[in-house]
Amino acid sequence: MDSSIPNLGEDTLSSLIFKNATVRGAKTAIREKDLGIWQSWSWADVAEEVGLLAGGLAAKGFIRGNNLAIIGDNRPRLYWSFAASQSLGGIPVPLYQDAIADEMIYVFNDAEIEFAIVEDQEQVDKLLEIMPQCEKLRCIIYDDPRGMRHYNHPAVVAYEDVRELGVKFLSKQPNFVESELNKCRADDVSVILYTSGTTSKPKGVCLTHKACIEVAQGDMGFDKYTDDGEILSYLPMAWVGDHLFSYAQSIVTGFTVNCPESSETVMIDMREIGPTYYFAPPRVFENLLTQVTIRMEDASNFKKWLYETFMGVARRTGLDIMDGKSVSLKNKFLYALGNMFVYAPLRNNLGMSRVKVAYTGGAAIGPDLYSFYRSIGINLKQLYGQTETLAYVCKQPNGDARIDSVGTPMPGVDIKMGDKGEVLVKSPGLLKEYYKNPEATRESITPDGFFRTGDAGFIDQDGHLKIIDRAKDVGVLNDGTMFAPQFLENKLKFFPFIKEAVCFGDGRDAVCAFINIEMDAVGNWAERQGLGYSGYVDLAGKQEVYTLLQDCIEQVNRDLAKEESLSGSQIKRFLILHKELDADDDELTRTRKVRRNFVAEKYDGLVKALYDGSNTCFIETQVKFEDGRTGTISADLQISDAKMIQSTEDLAA
Amino acid sequence: MNDTDRKLGPTILKADNISLAFGGVKALTDISFEVKEHEILAIIGPNGAGKSSMLNVINGVYHPNAGSVTYRGNVRQQMKPHEAATQGIARTFQNIALFKGMSVLDNIMTGRTLKMHAGFLAQCLYVGRARNEEIQHRKKVEEIIDFLQIQSIRKTPVGRLPYGLQKRVELGRALASEPVLLLLDEPMAGMNIEEKEDMSRFILDVNDEFGTTIVLIEHDMGVVMDLSDRIVVLDYGKKIGDGTPTEIRNNKEVIDAYLGVSD
Repeated sequence: MDSSIPNLGEDTLSSLIFKNATVRGAKTAIREKDLGIWQSWSWADVAEEVGLLAGGLAAKGFIRGNNLAIIGDNRPRLYWSFAASQSLGGIPVPLYQDAIADEMIYVFNDAEIEFAIVEDQEQVDKLLEIMPQCEKLRCIIYDDPRGMRHYNHPAVVAYEDVRELGVKFLSKQPNFVESELNKCRADDVSVILYTSGTTSKPKGVCLTHKACIEVAQGDMGFDKYTDDGEILSYLPMAWVGDHLFSYAQSIVTGFTVNCPESSETVMIDMREIGPTYYFAPPRVFENLLTQVTIRMEDASNFKKWLYETFMGVARRTGLDIMDGKSVSLKNKFLYALGNMFVYAPLRNNLGMSRVKVAYTGGAAIGPDLYSFYRSIGINLKQLYGQTETLAYVCKQPNGDARIDSVGTPMPGVDIKMGDKGEVLVKSPGLLKEYYKNPEATRESITPDGFFRTGDAGFIDQDGHLKIIDRAKDVGVLNDGTMFAPQFLENKLKFFPFIKEAVCFGDGRDAVCAFINIEMDAVGNWAERQGLGYSGYVDLAGKQEVYTLLQDCIEQVNRDLAKEESLSGSQIKRFLILHKELDADDDELTRTRKVRRNFVAEKYDGLVKALYDGSNTCFIETQVKFEDGRTGTISADLQISDAKMIQSTEDLAA
Repeated sequence: MNDTDRKLGPTILKADNISLAFGGVKALTDISFEVKEHEILAIIGPNGAGKSSMLNVINGVYHPNAGSVTYRGNVRQQMKPHEAATQGIARTFQNIALFKGMSVLDNIMTGRTLKMHAGFLAQCLYVGRARNEEIQHRKKVEEIIDFLQIQSIRKTPVGRLPYGLQKRVELGRALASEPVLLLLDEPMAGMNIEEKEDMSRFILDVNDEFGTTIVLIEHDMGVVMDLSDRIVVLDYGKKIGDGTPTEIRNNKEVIDAYLGVSD
């Protein structure tokens, strides 16, 4: 490539890739583990691949204004597809790969998809199946040729072949990509991310190049990202967090993106790469801690003692040390000892030895979970944002991270409060509009340009934003006590035995809860108790498991009793669900948030039973499998009471 | 996508009037059948029908008392198992026969033994030819790991894996020798439905991607009927049926001896 920076028009994500090829051409841009070896591509390689793919797409008839669907695991070629479509003035539309057919058909028709790039045979099959219902779809490009030998559908074509077309196309028109890039404007929509939609059909959030670049620059300044950083990309490409962090941020900052070998090898790959920045929803941090806990329980007595002793030290002093507060010499010494024997090896085991900043967001994180990571020396912080704001609203500053706040507004962000304490945001990352949905755009953006987040919260005297719950979910019990369901559910979910919880109470006399057990943790516990079980339904119904969970709930009640305003919303009765709440059954969103109202309606009988005092309840549920088939599960569910703690005197007793 | 365009080749293996007896016990009596190239052939029958004995005759563990085996045009009576292996015959076992303490990677690597030609000393020192060879073999093994989707357990000792995965590793080791003919002795015994579906998929993929001819013994009739091109039925050491799944399903003798009648 030419050594001078070519004229590529306004700064767009795609033109920045070509600029990276000149500025830091030899630096590694992306890696993928293939056949057990990490394969690398430099920025110059990436620019070349993006150019060839863009040429190939153009040869296939992809033109300015077309949308390109992208479905699959995090693969270099799929990331290049984003850039290739953007180079041509098209818009990439990443989709969740586990989305069921109905959802896919909706998005394909809404976005008028003609071209799709997918990872493998599984996705090709899915698209061929829905093709009759997606009139515009005419070209399916696949990355992995495995099992594709006998496909002779005219719409299906291999990535290799498209690339080959690109080579020919560009040999005739060598300046094609450059001239197309020149036509792109920073204000153009760069990506459409479909939101999972807790209540209605998915909506396409249109974000611009300018928004992506400004947000990435803002983040880079705030956390001092540099181009020698490493990240592991394992979260869905359709999620705003991955798009911002693995795509936009990587292009703007120039750090290296690493694609794991498969979704099962993420832990191993993470240990090999040792990322310097890490982003995960609370669930992932929770799973990691659950694994650590399980493995520690199987460890030898000496190791257990070592772990417990030094985790005690970490609990007492770790947070202060992380926040840069002064600590006594003795504690400093103990912590250094703990670091040598426990924390450093543990960080290494988690693949977090080199992590400078780790973020979590998307849902609230349990306080114990949060302080666990911070106390062992991992700079875990919370951020707050939505797809509509490109996850750019608030972040916790270094040295001033507090569990009960989501941090201070980022540079360029304006926050004000609306009705019922709703948080309204103006951000450089604000969406341009909802795709072909002016009505939704009007509803969500105020006339003066603020986005309605739908979250209830307030800004405290130090300028930190605190989120309580979804504005529409905050309710009251019949005796007037405030009831914040998510707050309770998050407290419950922190226990390693509880995977998911749904609390009810708005307009009722007391709070009751559905519990989903965490199969791994409870199963392991049962094995150690010598408790036999045949599967999920059986385990969930065991009396011993009920007793175990009753302890957890009473612990939460004890916590609540300490806080005057929430003391009345203790959990009175609960049951353990016979099946895991699942996104395929519409019970969770694709980002695994509970759809509380839907669950309440679906399990209406169970909710009634919780409140009418009965001890058991029969339930039969239809379940939907990933391939679209349905089946039923039935069970007799037991309902248990939990002890409520009346006042602080009870606590002492 | 469609199985119909899969071409069967000429006969690759032919058993002629095979009889095998252990002392007074007649394990096999006068058995003849053919296997075509690229075919999936299932051998079924009740317990003790002589299915495993038949596999053992094919790969040279047992020597038949009468009759001959013709493999790729060569007639043979006496053969040792390692000769079978050099000629491109690989097998898996009814009860898993892996090295429990070794990793998945190393276990599959053992399947490459016959293809390693460097001297003992060169291998110890990891120089010259040994080094290049090792890299080639490792690449092949990694391709198999990728093919069988077991990347996440690459370095896990086999003994720590669940049964279904161990079976998959055993298939991997058999594949490592790049067999022409693959003998599978109850590849799905003791598996749950999901594991069986996975294994069936892999068997079909092996047959399709590598063109490997497969002879398998299996008890799950659903699996057998779905997978195989042709089925040979044994009962008390005698062949009582030979044909396509549809033919076998309607064969009176086979129904009486083995399949039974559903009400």
